[in-house]
Amino acid sequence: MDSLTHLIDGFGTALTPTHLLLAAVGVLLGTFIGVLPGIGPAMAVALLLPVTYGLDPTAAFIMFAGIYYGGMFGGSTTSILLNTPGESAAVVTAIEGNKMAKRGRGSQALAAAAIGHFAGAMIGTVGIVLLAPVIASLAVDIGAPDYFAVMILAFIAVTSVLGKSRVRGFASLLIGLTIGLVGLDEMTGQSRLTLGSLELADGIDVVIVAVGLFAVGESLWIASRLRHGGDEPIPVGRPWLGREDVRRTWKPWLRGPLIGFPFGAIPAGGAEIPTFLSYVTEKKLSKHRDEFGTGAIEGVAGPESAASASASGTLVTMLTLGLPTTATAAVMLAAFQQYGIQPGPLLFEREADLVWGLIASLFVGTVLLLVLNLPLAPVWAKLLKIPRPYLYAGILFFASVGAYAVSGQVVDLIVLFVIGLLGFAMRRYGLPILPAIIGVILGPAAELQMRRALQLSDGSLTGLVNTTFSVTVYAIVVVILAWPLVRRFRRTRQPVG
Amino acid sequence: MTETLEKKDRSELGICALLAVLGVLVLADAIRIPTDFAQRGPVGPKAVPIVVGVLLLVVAVLLARDVLRGGRGEAEGGEDIDLSAPSDWRTVLLLSAAFLANAALIGVVGFPISGAILFWGAAYALGSRALVRDPLIAATMSIVTFVLFNNLLGVPLPGGPLMEAF
Repeated sequence: MDSLTHLIDGFGTALTPTHLLLAAVGVLLGTFIGVLPGIGPAMAVALLLPVTYGLDPTAAFIMFAGIYYGGMFGGSTTSILLNTPGESAAVVTAIEGNKMAKRGRGSQALAAAAIGHFAGAMIGTVGIVLLAPVIASLAVDIGAPDYFAVMILAFIAVTSVLGKSRVRGFASLLIGLTIGLVGLDEMTGQSRLTLGSLELADGIDVVIVAVGLFAVGESLWIASRLRHGGDEPIPVGRPWLGREDVRRTWKPWLRGPLIGFPFGAIPAGGAEIPTFLSYVTEKKLSKHRDEFGTGAIEGVAGPESAASASASGTLVTMLTLGLPTTATAAVMLAAFQQYGIQPGPLLFEREADLVWGLIASLFVGTVLLLVLNLPLAPVWAKLLKIPRPYLYAGILFFASVGAYAVSGQVVDLIVLFVIGLLGFAMRRYGLPILPAIIGVILGPAAELQMRRALQLSDGSLTGLVNTTFSVTVYAIVVVILAWPLVRRFRRTRQPVG
Repeated sequence: MTETLEKKDRSELGICALLAVLGVLVLADAIRIPTDFAQRGPVGPKAVPIVVGVLLLVVAVLLARDVLRGGRGEAEGGEDIDLSAPSDWRTVLLLSAAFLANAALIGVVGFPISGAILFWGAAYALGSRALVRDPLIAATMSIVTFVLFNNLLGVPLPGGPLMEAF
């Protein structure tokens, strides 16, 4: 019951007027940016990071909690009212949600999504409270070889489980690892890949990489293929649900988190898989199966709830192990590092006030999200009509502000542009962005853990596999890597049927 | 249609070239790192760059093989993206110019002016031609952002001569 006392203290921190105001501003900003077409949650979080630079860590993370949940929520409005969604988590919502909106049931679709988010985030955050301290206390004992193994697993999972082409996933990961190498070596102070430049000796800030790959890369890519005269968003009134709708949606709302939360916690790409699984489950269980494909409300409620719970699951892994499983979590991790705070098992001991304040604000943010967004939905819907030149000009504008704010150096803007060009090329040739971001963030940490492990074992490679935990993790890595070979083998053995 | 596809096929080899160049760069840089200093632990600063460099070269070759066999990276779709349209390089160049203008000018004329140039330039590049509304929005955005960050949020931005006048 130790967590409960901590949580109550956390609420004490989160419910002061200043912090409450910051949480509300965070939720509004997060939703505002998340609703804008073309901006996914990762870009929303990266673009809003500089807003918190001037605040103290606790205040900054309370605001950030709001931005995170708000940004996650914002995408659902876009996919319901404007079909083609920009981010993978909202793809499934668009299937039924947009059909509902076209049939004049947009208000109900938005309400099902908003309450689904509320339910998913509530249940997911309860999951954080229950699980995170347990995992953290278990993880305190894991050592350098275990960390290294988990990071290798993250690298392999992010390149192999997701995406259509492994070799392109690996290419992206290696680009990220290369960017992560730039700067002074942490253990010896030797400069690597700095090309003799003094500015690069500190390394390339993760925020600049994230903003460059997401915001600048995306803007340049869209500029090269801008759709002229795209779909008009469907106008919508205030969200509400009839009694029949509630009867159909309450079970999907509660089932979604069961699927979403565990998937968020493992490095399998966040919300993409669980939202799809939730959709399939709801379709199977629904009494209105014939409505699926033409706008079934269960197909919005379940996946949205799953998506939002997976965002909570992601936080468990990020806070307790320092391991980001999605691009958004990677940007969050970068935010922690900005304040010199290293998420990991010790975080719950060293920064108890901050962590529990953050978790309490997740609850506060979730309630605010529902209270603010139901009445504001028609306003958000208007944002979808923003002229595209202003939208992408604005993204570039704020990307520049954010990158410049990191350290006030013009060279950062040049680096931002170069990384933006890289992001453009990666989009054009189908290299996924997530492995690169994970590579930049985890690469240096993985190198550090590996060298520590080998230091302990005096250079013997057995030092990397001398724990049961690390051996188990490597076994999983081997299974993931060997899976396509096994499948190909079985297919050649059983030709035709 | 097939002609553009073929053209893209070949241009994708550019990514392989990029990976290979990166690999060579990483390896060349790693070899340059001196090893005669007292290093802590058995693995020095060279090991990881060498592994990354070699893997970059391997992936470059594998990707080239994939492309030559007809494999094609799937361009990313999105709300505002028309994948059937040909690449519009003029827009990309204009947008880049607007972006770099801000980088070049921010230290000289300050953020309120360089930011406005960035916004207006980018909006122009993307096809907005409202000669009164665009600069007005750009100037408002820029000044509001400056005051918000510099004065309210405590994130310093260069004011330049314009702000010194106040």
